[in-house]
Amino acid sequence: MEAVKQDQWEVVCTRSDLVVNSGVCALVNGEQVAIYYLPDTERKVYALGNRDPIGKANVMSRGIVGDLGGKLVVASPLYKQHYALETGACLEEEGVFIPCYDVQLDGDEVHVRAAG
Amino acid sequence: MSTRKILVVGNGMVGHHFVESLVGLDTDVDITVIGEEPRPAYDRVHLSEVFSGREPADLAMATRETYENWGVKAHFGDPVVRIERARREVVTQGGRRFSYDKMVLATGSFPFVPPVKGADNKRCLVYRTIDDLGHIKATAKDSEIGVVVGGGLLGLECANALRNLGLQTHVVEFAPGLMGVQLDDGGSKMLRRKIEALGVSVHTGKNTQQIVTDEATALRMDFADESALGTDMIVFSAGIRPRDQLARDSELAVGERGGIVVDYKCKTSDSDIFAIGECALFGGRIYGLVAPGYRMAEVVASQLAGQAEATFQGADMSTKLKLLGVDVGSIGDAHGRTEGSISYVFSDERAEVYKRIITSGDGKTLLGAVLVGDCEDYDTLLQYFLNGIELPAEPESLIVPAAGDKPLLGAAALPMTATVCSCHNVTKGCIIDALDGGCCSLGDVKGETKASTGCGGCAAMLKNVVETELSARGVVVDKSICEHFPYTRQELFHLAQVGEIKTFQDMLGQHGSGRGCDICKPAIASIMASLWNEHVLELPHVGLQDTNDTFLANMQKDGTYSVVPRVAGGEITPDKLIVLGEVAKEYGLYTKITGGQRIDLFGARQHQLPEIWRKLVEAGFETGHAYGKSLRTVKSCVGSTWCRYGVQDSVGMAILLENRYKGLRSPHKLKSAVSGCTRECAEAQSKDFGVIATENGWNLYLCGNGGMKPRHADLFATDLDDETLIRYIDRFLMFYVRTADRLQRTSVWMDNLEGGLDYLREVIIDDSLGICAELEQQMAAVVGTYQCEWTTTINDPEKLKRFRTFVNSDEEDSGVVFVQEREQIRPARAEEKIRLVASSK
Ligand SMILES: Cc1cc2nc3c(=O)[nH]c(=O)nc-3n(C[C@H](O)[C@H](O)[C@H](O)COP(=O)(O)OP(=O)(O)OC[C@H]3O[C@@H](n4cnc5c(N)ncnc54)[C@H](O)[C@@H]3O)c2cc1C
Repeated sequence: MEAVKQDQWEVVCTRSDLVVNSGVCALVNGEQVAIYYLPDTERKVYALGNRDPIGKANVMSRGIVGDLGGKLVVASPLYKQHYALETGACLEEEGVFIPCYDVQLDGDEVHVRAAG
Repeated sequence: MSTRKILVVGNGMVGHHFVESLVGLDTDVDITVIGEEPRPAYDRVHLSEVFSGREPADLAMATRETYENWGVKAHFGDPVVRIERARREVVTQGGRRFSYDKMVLATGSFPFVPPVKGADNKRCLVYRTIDDLGHIKATAKDSEIGVVVGGGLLGLECANALRNLGLQTHVVEFAPGLMGVQLDDGGSKMLRRKIEALGVSVHTGKNTQQIVTDEATALRMDFADESALGTDMIVFSAGIRPRDQLARDSELAVGERGGIVVDYKCKTSDSDIFAIGECALFGGRIYGLVAPGYRMAEVVASQLAGQAEATFQGADMSTKLKLLGVDVGSIGDAHGRTEGSISYVFSDERAEVYKRIITSGDGKTLLGAVLVGDCEDYDTLLQYFLNGIELPAEPESLIVPAAGDKPLLGAAALPMTATVCSCHNVTKGCIIDALDGGCCSLGDVKGETKASTGCGGCAAMLKNVVETELSARGVVVDKSICEHFPYTRQELFHLAQVGEIKTFQDMLGQHGSGRGCDICKPAIASIMASLWNEHVLELPHVGLQDTNDTFLANMQKDGTYSVVPRVAGGEITPDKLIVLGEVAKEYGLYTKITGGQRIDLFGARQHQLPEIWRKLVEAGFETGHAYGKSLRTVKSCVGSTWCRYGVQDSVGMAILLENRYKGLRSPHKLKSAVSGCTRECAEAQSKDFGVIATENGWNLYLCGNGGMKPRHADLFATDLDDETLIRYIDRFLMFYVRTADRLQRTSVWMDNLEGGLDYLREVIIDDSLGICAELEQQMAAVVGTYQCEWTTTINDPEKLKRFRTFVNSDEEDSGVVFVQEREQIRPARAEEKIRLVASSK
């Protein structure tokens, strides 16, 4: 693990591990990353930290995804706050954020870059 | 100053309302209640409903616990027999002494029994208390004929009760007409005609001389006019007399014909003693209705709480009721006794309707009204009367049917002070305050103000006021479930059903916009499940579910899950108990018995769920749907199989019901229970649908719930056989599933149905909408396509993929940390986690 540089992309899984219009969780460089697969959007994949900063548990990959006022969001399964998939910002509580991760599809592979 | 001691003598409707009001005002007083009856206050007004199947316990307005929680000391079954005013003490029959700083007498009244020879026979009864009711029922068992002495309001209600008990019923009245207090001659005659058509014999102008035992029938009544009437039992309902003996003995002022004299503050001649309710005489009159009693109670409570100088100003005695199924209304000066008054009369002998209004000489003010056979105009007339609203130029237009456009007194025309609900003293102003305070539906307003939850007579008026006000505010109450669908849940259900739409994507494409959200996705998933009953983890439904449905388990605060297998009716074999224990032990789960008679296993990690369930399914368990908006449990008591008191097999019925409705997805969770006798150990009356055994079958209660805002279920139907019971529940549940809002429990749903319980009866029992066959069919389809979601899941590798904690690692979530407490695990608190993680380094 030490060898992985922080700005390096890591292959975490394949497309078939993802769930359409929903999330899964991957362990990237020791961190829990929630990966959402929305095949009919331009980016197709989004990644946020798996920890719910309000509920204080690692559950964000298990939230429902959708959109609110045009923004793509995931709802915390614990207390239902919404977080923007693009920025990690909480819609209900100003100043609350979830870290975002870079993620992309390369063919069938899913690449995530662990944040610094 | 030490805490003042308030002593309340009498725990009837008014005494109870006084305590409730005083406690609500939150003052520092020490309240003691002494009641003669063996039980806390109950709703006397609805006493007669016990004859049509309601349990006496349902009438309770308070329990001993209510008082305990309020910090009120209450003693029942031991009446006060003496007041010692000099010492400010009272003595009870049992010899106990209680002292007071202020005392409130709320001793009510007793039924007057005329001094007739033989009236002390044990088949001569009265009708005021729950105990009286028991005696009437018992005596009716070996009677064929029953007589009610007294043709007033209570007498006729009692006659109805006797008729319902299957007796050939007579009403004997001393006066020349029925309900002489409330009705004029014409109204009284019309009422008699209608009642006689129902098979009740009416004898007016009869003066009973003696009651003797007889051969053919148990008793014979001999009248002054030398006629006689044979009967098996007699109930006296010839008026009430205030219970003022205590006051008399302690030399408080009492009226010539009884009643404790009070002033407009409800004070007696001793300024430390108040009297309220039917024992009090105000302005030379006894108020024999509950609403004026409540006002008196509030007046005294606010004085004792040191609040604004509230006063009692007398009360309106207008009434509207249904007697033997006949609508009767009486307002103000029903006899036209006001000098110079004139009246308008409408009488239709074919339809058997009689209406009369009495107005001032200039025809501008309404002074009184009598309505028999049709009370539709009552609400409007009452508002004219109470608020002194000027009558239309042709006052008769208010009662003549279909005489052109009837000038309707719209809710907008009512002044703010107009009383809409007199039971709870709710004015139009109160309703507007409630709307200002955020209420936005009829149900909200009812909950907030209690309006229309007493006698219910104002239901139509209330609805009118609420709707008029809402639309005046331009509130088009937006019932869209979220920004993606401009529809209510009910509309979505309909669209999905009619369009045979089976996926969320199709629903969104045809009727919505955007991508959906955590509101509409689970709601539509639930509709799809109710309609088509496909597995919730089938591909198109997967991303729609709340995490609980996705993982078929309940997420807890630390992200782990709890597992609840179904234990139908709470019946479980020792072998299955052992399996639960073994599984819990193997996975180190915390175990707890739930309120629904099942066992909850906590602390399972998401990847452990399939392994745990494989073991449970092998041992014969099924999913308990604790995670779904669906039927949870049907709780039961042990029933007639073992219990000395049980009259039916409640466990068997509970298992039958639970297995029938398990898996039904609904707008909110559903709970149920079956009790094997009226002791009600299963607490069925706090459930969405509750069943209580009777000797002849089952009583069905609907729309109760526990939780944040507990609500007693309403008695819906009585003495049903198994088949009818299930048919009614099928219809009820499907009708609810079809028409309720998202996350709307059955109680709120019913409160928002126009017509409430009666309407529900019409739909479910009388099939007034003609949909019962369809509802049953739909239920049959759901029952027929049931699958245990866990059994299906563990046998499908695709579905199982979802349960991995990480897609790329077998590690466990390091954020989940347990500590031990009382020999089991619990989630570590934040500070404990920090310590534990630090020490492990
Ligand atoms: C069958 C029936 C139907 C009715 N229908 C209607 C209706 O439709 N609308 C309406 O407005 N009203 C109706 N009423 C009238 C209504 O019930 C009364 O107005 C109301 O109950 C009066 O309340 P209260 O507390 O003054 O008296 P009660 O409810 O009679 O309570 C008095 C209590 O004080 C107790 N008590 C008496 N003496 C003592 C003592 N010395 N020590 C301790 N306790 C004592 C009594 O046992 C009793 O429990 C009806 C009444 C009956 C019986």
